[in-house]
Amino acid sequence: MKQQRIYFDYAATTPLDAEVLKKMMPYFKDKYGNPSSLHKFGREVSAAIDEAREKVANFLGCKPVEIIFTGSATESDNLAIRGLIKALKRKKRTGQTLHIITSSVEHKAVLETCKDLEKQGSRVTYLPVGPDGLINIDDLEAEITPETDLVSIMYANNEMGAIQPIKKIAKLIAKSNKFEEHLTYFHIDAVQAANWLDCNVKELGVDFLTLSAHKIYGPKGVGILYAKEGTPIYSLITGGDQEWNLRAGTENVAGIVGMGEAINQIKNEKLKIKNKIEELKDKLAADVLIRIPGSKINGPDNSEDRLPNVVNFSFEGIEGEALVLSLDQEGIATSTGSACTSQALTPSHVLMAMGLSDLEAHSSLRVSLGKYTTEQEVNYFLKILPGVIDRLRKISGR
Amino acid sequence: MYNKKVMEHFTKPRFFGKIENPDVIGTAGNPRCGDLLTLYLKIDKKGKTIKDIKFETLGCAAAIAASDMICELALGKTLKQAIKINFQDVSNELGVLPPLKIHCAQLVTEALRDAINNYPPKADRQK
Repeated sequence: MKQQRIYFDYAATTPLDAEVLKKMMPYFKDKYGNPSSLHKFGREVSAAIDEAREKVANFLGCKPVEIIFTGSATESDNLAIRGLIKALKRKKRTGQTLHIITSSVEHKAVLETCKDLEKQGSRVTYLPVGPDGLINIDDLEAEITPETDLVSIMYANNEMGAIQPIKKIAKLIAKSNKFEEHLTYFHIDAVQAANWLDCNVKELGVDFLTLSAHKIYGPKGVGILYAKEGTPIYSLITGGDQEWNLRAGTENVAGIVGMGEAINQIKNEKLKIKNKIEELKDKLAADVLIRIPGSKINGPDNSEDRLPNVVNFSFEGIEGEALVLSLDQEGIATSTGSACTSQALTPSHVLMAMGLSDLEAHSSLRVSLGKYTTEQEVNYFLKILPGVIDRLRKISGR
Repeated sequence: MYNKKVMEHFTKPRFFGKIENPDVIGTAGNPRCGDLLTLYLKIDKKGKTIKDIKFETLGCAAAIAASDMICELALGKTLKQAIKINFQDVSNELGVLPPLKIHCAQLVTEALRDAINNYPPKADRQK
């Protein structure tokens, strides 16, 4: 029998949509001009970039001039945070400390960037989260001051799917900005949210927003930063004047075209697939809890507080890496927060911030579904999992 | 990430399980790094040779494979020989572990040495 190959790791990356690939193809070979060139070869590709930029702007409800294409969401996060800090530093008198507020469950792209800026003299506040993975708006209110320069909070979490109260945060920041000459800027990493949640920047009330192409069935190597017009920001990569002078380097034309089409696809499919995926995920989650004693779910309890496609489990007496590899042997691709391959050997900072014990965090399994997931795949997973858990528990004696 | 030999010992370990009434037990590991292991040993009547050995390991694939390997290496050896097994022996027998997983080989040798050190001297055994 042919072995199953089931992909339950859509939060890590998504397969490329066939339509997206089709749109990208000409730009690998036939349309090879440099968008900065004056001739036809250049103009036809710069027109393609303009078109992609318009699609993205349309999706976010902003102007095309507010969209910057980058090489990854990590780069976009860096550009937003470091680019703003760089600009503010030039404005401020020397000796003044800049203040950033972020959360303890951010993606490393934000967390490590903040830690680096801390080493360079900025003050960083890391907001705690509750056992559900959500920040408490009161904690933010207590920490924000008229002198705070930036709040950077992720829209939805990649490990356990918690959706942070972005609109509430924006309101709080707006309140604090009202009578002050000094402004607090708001950045959100919306990488995991883009497939499912409203990303209209005006309605959200954000100054910066990060997106990634390869989490929305687009190509790897393309990120987006929305930066509100007039917001202070400095380029990190210097050179030519591409991307409004904010990101030098010849554009990844095929990738950008792919990003534009991927964004288009979300608009078409959002409502259609959301309910189906959520139903499959809920069935999977409920069945696992019934079939596996000593299992629990990490993340928000209320369905409106979590992504429809991500579920994070802990299994007593199991280590996550061994579980992921065992499932992989059965053809099922998942992921774990047991980072026993990391230098520190410490488990996921996200799960630890939620108050899980070391062993609980090491025993975590993330299952993330996507638009190609079928009920048959979910059933196969539910059939295989108990045996795999049973075998590993026999080995662990727990 | 892992070679064939490690995967073999991870997917089909020969020595996992418990020994009822073991002569001695050795443990190692800590919850922080996610590895906890117990070795169960049976020693022959003369108190010299390891005649049965089994492991229970909560840990990653490398920890499970290394546990299985230390049992394979220790079985049939005298306690004097067994205490000399070091982490390089375990890693080499597994076709060398990835650098970040060397601690798993250290962990299993620790557990074996703990067991041997726990084995009471002859006078105490006869009580």
